[in-house]
Amino acid sequence: MKLLISVKRVVDYNVKVRVKADGTGVETNGVKMSMNPFDEIAVEEAVRLKEKGVASEVVAVSMGPPACSETLRTALAMGADRGILVETEVALQPLAVAKLLRALAEREQPGMIILGKQAIDDDMNATGQMLAALLGWPQATFASKLAIEGERAMVTREVDGGLETLELRLPAIVTTDLRLNEPRYASLPNIMKARKKPIETIAPAALGVDPAPRLEIVKVAEPPKRQGGRKVASVAELVEKLTQEAKVI
Amino acid sequence: MTVLVLLDHDNHAIKQPARSAVAAAAKLGEVHGLIVGHDAAEAAAAAARLPGLAKVLHADGEAYAHALAEPLADLLVSLAPGYTHLLAAATAMGKNVMPRVAALLDVQPISDICGVEDGETFIRPIYAGNALATVRSHDGKKVITVRAASFDPVALEGGNAPVESIPPRDASALSRFVSTELSKSERPELTAARVIISGGRGMQSGENFHLLDRIADQLNAAVGASRAAVDAGFVPNDYQVGQTGKIVAPDLYVAVGISGAIQHLAGMKDSKVIVAINKDEEAPIFQLADYGLVADLFKALPELADELEKPR
Ligand SMILES: Cc1cc2nc3c(=O)[nH]c(=O)nc-3n(C[C@H](O)[C@H](O)[C@H](O)COP(=O)(O)OP(=O)(O)OC[C@H]3O[C@@H](n4cnc5c(N)ncnc54)[C@H](O)[C@@H]3O)c2cc1C
Ligand SMILES: Nc1ncnc2c1ncn2[C@@H]1O[C@H](COP(=O)(O)O)[C@@H](O)[C@H]1O
Repeated sequence: MKLLISVKRVVDYNVKVRVKADGTGVETNGVKMSMNPFDEIAVEEAVRLKEKGVASEVVAVSMGPPACSETLRTALAMGADRGILVETEVALQPLAVAKLLRALAEREQPGMIILGKQAIDDDMNATGQMLAALLGWPQATFASKLAIEGERAMVTREVDGGLETLELRLPAIVTTDLRLNEPRYASLPNIMKARKKPIETIAPAALGVDPAPRLEIVKVAEPPKRQGGRKVASVAELVEKLTQEAKVI
Repeated sequence: MTVLVLLDHDNHAIKQPARSAVAAAAKLGEVHGLIVGHDAAEAAAAAARLPGLAKVLHADGEAYAHALAEPLADLLVSLAPGYTHLLAAATAMGKNVMPRVAALLDVQPISDICGVEDGETFIRPIYAGNALATVRSHDGKKVITVRAASFDPVALEGGNAPVESIPPRDASALSRFVSTELSKSERPELTAARVIISGGRGMQSGENFHLLDRIADQLNAAVGASRAAVDAGFVPNDYQVGQTGKIVAPDLYVAVGISGAIQHLAGMKDSKVIVAINKDEEAPIFQLADYGLVADLFKALPELADELEKPR
């Protein structure tokens, strides 16, 4: 079974982002970029399925400007076999990403596609579900455990009250939650090897998809700041403040 | 404009986040509620009592028993022609189903809105809430999930909407529910609690969470946790507060042994009053806390429980 995984290049999760003064977005110039953490988990899961002999090939896809090839190299160094870069300067939104992935799925015929549950830049939490809809495939979002049993996948999901297990008919879509696995670091020899692995570059038009955004970004602003920072000297003072001043207990 | 809200329920009652979604929907136009489930007539009756609903649609079928995304999305798409907006709370259920609906309708969903400007313009947090984006949808229909913590829920009682049964649709069995492992608690749910007390890695073990339990009982609070505490196995996953856990905005949030990583703050920084107890006075959580107590939690928590016991 072939596995398709998607990896997004995003502002590193440790960076405290700054809103641009003109309100058009956040500053990404000179900011550290990394693979979306949930997508690292997707890569790790796919590579483990290959190591177990369940998967035959792992194909990683990234979409965006040419620099996304760095993100693909990371996926290849972690163990993916080849990469596909859908190159565009258009700011892609989940509907466009899902349509592009559908086109690639129709070409590649994977048995499963694993995506992150959420990109930590746009926080949309949408692409996997949308791709499942477009392909008419079953979906298991927020996965914390995954097992393939013949033509089926057993997936444990993190839901509001705890955990839920579903059985999906393959091919299927899975989106990763944080506790699915702990992604490996690529070793130096594997980073070297990854340089020789193939990356194909393709344009959205060649996949028959119009990538234009549907949501217009009117403006991006700083959230209101909290006035924090006050200290209390003792537990007794804390309780007094909460009852007398803040009146919350 | 007529708006359809998919309501989270447990077959009996309407979940609080769904009542917040109704409040958001009320800013857009006439609101219809949708109850989908199996043996959920009581929930449909509860929905009818919510103030502000003009009508409740109730679809009952075995295929709907576990809120699987495929049959739910199919049903919503079949109802979509009658509505300009389709909404649900950004709960595990809403986040799972609504993007699927949007794709089937060829629209870009608008996830996790925290504000409504007008029928096509909404505010939503991005980058873990470090920025707020105002977005305008040019799609014919809007498919939206609502950040419950940003909208005061409508009351439980006060309405008297008619309930209309709608037939279930043939479901293709793409996925099958196997089992669920729900963590049981007598306490209020995180997304509904007025007071939350959360523990982090500083708690050191699951057993030590009983130090929080005593205070939670005194304050009728929910207990939450940081990701580090969940990953370490101290408490179940559904305790997690943050960018990728639950988003909460209680009247009082007490963070104990939590450093204040951006991803944790993303889930609680809109709380009315924030208290931090941490032994490291440099911990970033103190920058945002209204009341910070620099102390060893193993000393401070029993003291706090004793202090709360005193008559006030
Ligand atoms: C993609 C992504 C998503 C994430 N999503 C979330 C999320 O949703 N929610 C979340 O919480 N995190 C999330 N994280 C993790 C986040 O980055 C932090 O790692 C995590 O919040 C740290 O948890 P903590 O504060 O409990 O632990 P630490 O950062 O280790 O802090 C422990 C604190 O306890 C204090 N302490 C220790 N002992 C004592 C004592 N005896 N008395 C008093 N204080 C003590 C220490 O001073 C320290 O400040 C996410 C990370 C990533 C990459
Ligand atoms: N530009 C992109 N390139 C590759 N994968 C993407 C892209 N955008 C979204 N994805 C995938 O979709 C997931 C969910 O993203 P989102 O729906 O935007 O929160 C991410 O974790 C990625 O796996």
